[in-house]
Amino acid sequence: MELKAETTVQRHSEAETGADLFIRALVDEGVEMIFGYPGGAVLPIYDAIYKASINHVLTRHEQGAVHAAEGYARVSGKPGVVLATSGPGATNLVTGIADAMMDSIPLVVFTGQVATHVIGTDAFQETDVMGITTPITKYNYQVRRVEELPRVVKEAFYIARTGRPGPVVIDIPKDISSESAVVKEKREMILPGYTPVAAPNVLYLQKLTEEIRNSKKPVILVGAGVIHAGASQALLSFVEKRNIPVVSTLLGLGAFPGAHPLFFGMAGMHGTYAANMALYDCDLLINIGARFDDRLTGNLSYFAKKAVIAHIDIDPAEIGKNVPTHIPIVADAREALEKLNEMDPPIQQAETWLKQLEGYRNEFPLWYRSGKNALAPERVVELVYEQTRGEAVVTTDVGQHQMWAAQYFTFNQPRRWVTSGGLGTMGYGLPAAIGAQLAAPDETVIAIIGDGGFQMTLQELSVLQELRLPVKIIIINNQALGMVRQWQEAFYGSRYAHSLIPVQPDFVKLAESYDIQAFRVENEAELRHVLKTTLPNKEPVLIDCRVDGRENVYPMVAPGKGLHEMTGVKP
Amino acid sequence: MKRIITVVVQNRSGVLNRVTGLFSKRQWNIESLSVGPAEKPGCSKMTIVVEIDDDIHLDPFIKQLNKQIDCLSVSDLTDQAIVARELVLIKVLCHPQILGEIRAIVEPFRASIIDVSATSVTIEVTGDADKNDAIIEMLKPYGIKELARTGITALPRGRQRSVTEIKPRSVI
Ligand SMILES: Cc1ncc(C[n+]2csc(CCOP(=O)(O)OP(=O)(O)O)c2C)c(N)n1
Repeated sequence: MELKAETTVQRHSEAETGADLFIRALVDEGVEMIFGYPGGAVLPIYDAIYKASINHVLTRHEQGAVHAAEGYARVSGKPGVVLATSGPGATNLVTGIADAMMDSIPLVVFTGQVATHVIGTDAFQETDVMGITTPITKYNYQVRRVEELPRVVKEAFYIARTGRPGPVVIDIPKDISSESAVVKEKREMILPGYTPVAAPNVLYLQKLTEEIRNSKKPVILVGAGVIHAGASQALLSFVEKRNIPVVSTLLGLGAFPGAHPLFFGMAGMHGTYAANMALYDCDLLINIGARFDDRLTGNLSYFAKKAVIAHIDIDPAEIGKNVPTHIPIVADAREALEKLNEMDPPIQQAETWLKQLEGYRNEFPLWYRSGKNALAPERVVELVYEQTRGEAVVTTDVGQHQMWAAQYFTFNQPRRWVTSGGLGTMGYGLPAAIGAQLAAPDETVIAIIGDGGFQMTLQELSVLQELRLPVKIIIINNQALGMVRQWQEAFYGSRYAHSLIPVQPDFVKLAESYDIQAFRVENEAELRHVLKTTLPNKEPVLIDCRVDGRENVYPMVAPGKGLHEMTGVKP
Repeated sequence: MKRIITVVVQNRSGVLNRVTGLFSKRQWNIESLSVGPAEKPGCSKMTIVVEIDDDIHLDPFIKQLNKQIDCLSVSDLTDQAIVARELVLIKVLCHPQILGEIRAIVEPFRASIIDVSATSVTIEVTGDADKNDAIIEMLKPYGIKELARTGITALPRGRQRSVTEIKPRSVI
C-alpha cells in the first residue's frame, strides 16, 4: 500500500508544526501504515494524519495496535509503526513493547505526552513513559524541541531495524506536536555509541570450518536471527553443501524448509525427540541466530555437553550468556553464512550420525490420540495445513494450540510464522493476524487461537469487519486454559485451579455480530468441509473448533530435565 | 566481591536510568555512583561501585551494559592497577576549645578544615575508601553532625601489567 501524503512537498522553507514534521519523517522512512488509537495528547498528530490522508489502521485497543504492528513487521520485515495517546494509551502498549523486545521485532512506537510545561505536575493523563519503557525498549526518546523531531525519528527507525532489531519509543509532548518551527537543522544522526557490526571475524569462520571437518556429529540450530538477516538462502546452500542436520527454535521455524530431509524439527520443551537428541548428543553445535532460551535448552547441565559450541549472533551480549561458547562469531547471519559458503566445504563424514537421527525420527515421530468421536486439536492443525497446502501465513496465540501449530504445520519459507515466543503473550494471535494480512494482502492468513487468549483481544474482530480482512480464525476450543490445565495435571495433582472455563460466549454468534461468517465444528468431516468452502473466499471467517479438552502437548521436556529426558515420546 | 565499573555515556537525559536499571533488575545494590563530564565533550563518565556475588553473570552483564545505545565504553577496573579517590565532607561538633585537637587528627590524613563555626567544623578529605573510613572513625567520638561522600572515582594507572579493557564500542 502506498502512503499518500499531500502535505509533504514543501521542504524547509516554511514553518511546520511538529505533527507535520512527524508525517514528513514517516514518509521519508517509507512507512506504509500506522497502527494506532487517538486521544487528547495526540490530537495534533491525528489532525495532521487526517490532512495527509496517511494510511492508519484503527485498532480497538492499543494492545491490538502494537501486536498488529508486530505481525506486520514479522511478515514484511519492515519496522511496524504504532501511535497512541499519553497515559492509558501508552500504558496499554506496554505488553506489546515488551513482547517486541523479547522477540527482537523492529517497532517504532509514538506516544503522546502532556505538554512540556506541565510534565511532572501529575497533569491529566500524564505517565512517565520514559521511565516505564526504558527496560523494555532498545531505546527511547522524549522530544523536547520541535527541531529535533526529524533527527529523532530517523535515528529511531535506524536503531529499530539495524543490529539486533527491537522496539524504539518516541514520546512527543502535545506542545511539541502543535508548535511550529522552521527546521534548518540537518538530520544527521548522532549515535556515537551505536555501531552495529555485520562482518564476521574470518579467523573464527576458519576455525568453524575446521571443526566441521573434525566433527562426526554436527548439528545446526537455527533461530529467528536467520529470518531477520534474510539468510535462509545462504543457510540452505551452507547446509546442502555440507550435509549437516538442522533443528530449529520455535521462532526460527521457516528459516529452513520444514520438509527438507535434513530438517529434524523444532527442538526444546515440546520439540521432536530427534531434534532434542541431536542437540544432546552432537559433537559440534552451530547456533545461528538463536539465543539459547531456557525453553529450548532444558536443564543446562545436560545441554550439548559433548559438543564444541559455535554461535553466530549479531548481538555480542548473547554469546556466552547461557551456554559457554568456543567459537564466538559476532555477525549478521547472512554475511557469516555467505563467507562460509565461499570457503571449501569440508569432507562430510557424518553419515552414521544422519542414520542415527533418521532412526530417531522414524521411531519417535510426533503422535497424538485421535479419538473416535472427539476432534483432536492436532488434527485441526493438520487439516489446515493440508487444505492450504502449507501456503499460508500462520499466527498463533499462546498455549497448547501454539505448540500444536508449531509441531503440525510445516513451514517451508521464512516470514510465514507469527507467534509470541519470548514473552508468551496471550492475546497476540488475532491482532498479529491483522498486521500480517495487511503486510501480505494476497496471502491466506490463518490465526490459530485458544479460546482463552481469543477472549483477551477479541475486540479486534471489529478491524476485520471494518477492513474486510480475509483472516481465517481457527479457535482451538478446549473450554480451558489448556496449557495451564496440562501443567496442573502433570505437576499439581490434577488440581485444576481456575483453568477450566466451560462458560464462554457463543463464538459463532459473537463473530456474526461483527458481520463475520462463523461456524462451529465438532468433527473432522465438518472441519474439512468448512475449510474447503471458506478458505478460497476473500472474507474473514471464524471457525470454532470444539476439540477434545483432555488432550496434552507431547512429547515434553519437564521443567528441570535435560533434553534427553523427554516424556510422552510414544503413545 | 566489590567491583568498580566505569561507563562512558552520551550525556542524554534518561541514560542514568538505563544504566542503573540493568543493575536494579538483578537486585544488585549500587554502593556508590559518581558521574561527571568525561574528556570528550558531550560525554559523561560514571564510576560505579557495586557488590556482585556471582561472577558468572558479570561478563554477560558487562556486554549488556556495553550494548546500550548511549554507551560508548565500559571498563571493569576491579582487577586493574588503578588510582581511586573519594571526596568526603565531615561536619563535626566542635567548640573552639577543642579545635586544636581536631586539627591534630586531621593533619596526618592531609585533610583540611574548610568551615568553622561556634559549634562545628567541616573537614574535607580526599583519599581511597579505607583512608576515608579511618578518619571518620577517628572523628566519631566528637559527634558527626553530617557526612557527605562522593563515592569513588577512578582511573587505570598509566602502566598496567595486564589490561582487561572491555571492547570499547557497542556492537549490537
Ligand atoms: C497474558 C498472559 N496471561 C497468562 C498467561 C499464562 N498462560 C500461558 S498458556 C495459558 C493458557 C492459554 O489458554 P488458551 O488460550 O485457551 O489456549 P490453550 O492452551 O487452551 O490452547 C495461560 C493462562 C500468558 N501466557 N499470557
